[in-house]
Amino acid sequence: MNIYWQLVWAYIKIGIFGFGGGYAMLSLVEKAVVSPGWISETMFTDIVAISQMTPGPIGINSATYIGYVAPGEVDPALSSIGWSLLGSLLATLAVVIPSFLLVLYSSHFIRKHSESGVIKAVFSGLRPVIVGLIAAAAIMLMNAPNFNPRGIGWQLWTNIGICVAAFCLAYFPIKFSRKSIKVHPILIIVLAGITGLFLYY
Amino acid sequence: MGPYLSLFTTFFKIGAFTFGGGWAMISIIEREIVDRHGWIKREEFLDLLAVAQSLPGILAVNIATAVGDRIKGGRGSVVAAAGTILPSFLIILAIAIFLTPEIIKNNRVVSAIFMGIRPAVVALIIAPVITSAKAAKLKWKTVWIPLVVALMISLDLGLVSNPIFFIVLGGLGGFLAWWLPQRYKAKSKQ
Repeated sequence: MNIYWQLVWAYIKIGIFGFGGGYAMLSLVEKAVVSPGWISETMFTDIVAISQMTPGPIGINSATYIGYVAPGEVDPALSSIGWSLLGSLLATLAVVIPSFLLVLYSSHFIRKHSESGVIKAVFSGLRPVIVGLIAAAAIMLMNAPNFNPRGIGWQLWTNIGICVAAFCLAYFPIKFSRKSIKVHPILIIVLAGITGLFLYY
Repeated sequence: MGPYLSLFTTFFKIGAFTFGGGWAMISIIEREIVDRHGWIKREEFLDLLAVAQSLPGILAVNIATAVGDRIKGGRGSVVAAAGTILPSFLIILAIAIFLTPEIIKNNRVVSAIFMGIRPAVVALIIAPVITSAKAAKLKWKTVWIPLVVALMISLDLGLVSNPIFFIVLGGLGGFLAWWLPQRYKAKSKQ
């Protein structure tokens, strides 16, 4: 039973101190779950790989997975599906709830004072910074793991092609019998996945 | 469809197709929340992003919470956050119960699909840079700010490349740009 409290406590801490997105969080997660021997280093690496290959935030994916396996690894009596499900549910909720409450409280506070000159001024200063943050996220993803994971020359060019095509579809509306339609980002992701399957399988 | 159900299905879709972290979901949120449903304005969405990014935790969940709260209050935020989390939770559970990590990791089909998706995700983060730059109504006086922020963060120089550092600077700068002229006027009247 003890492992569940430890799991919840570890993930509450990760939720509170995890600034800077999924990858920054992973080092916290690694310390919290590998050091006490809940899961092995190789298992952690596997779980990170799975979390990257499945949709959804890496923080949630890894919490669900680690919560599922950790109880059974610590105590074989807890390796049944029911106990594993409990672990995954607790870890996922624990990592989400602290920031959920913080965001809720802050946005209520901001809405209450939305007419105040100070809040308006602060947000007018924040908006250009947020534009920069989105740009930084895009720039930092323009790397080899995203564009040329296998280190093969022609694949770099086809990947750049996918990126340019996806941008055009996302940004420029298509004129279609006097109506202009913008392609949905989800459709773009699906098309890119199909393209990948044809090009790289 | 009731407003809560519609909020839930919207964020469920967003959660199910978010690859590559919270920033990658911006394009989908913009399309669904701003363009399709018209629940919030693009400019407001930028403000919510600022709140979501300034606080710790998982960016995608923070964005969902802030947007849900803005649209339908506390209950809306629970619905939106649950919608974002549920797809990942269910997919990971299915993998943990029915498969072993090796099957997914060494699967050539999955790996080929993801090689195609990753560059498209980068494009889906470049597009909102332009739309948000328009929504932020950048002028010659302010257009340098996102350029410097993007450059400094992507250079990854430790503390001066920390997003939180630039959020604090931006907020402070906005406050001073508003407060100092007022103070100056008040003084010159005396």
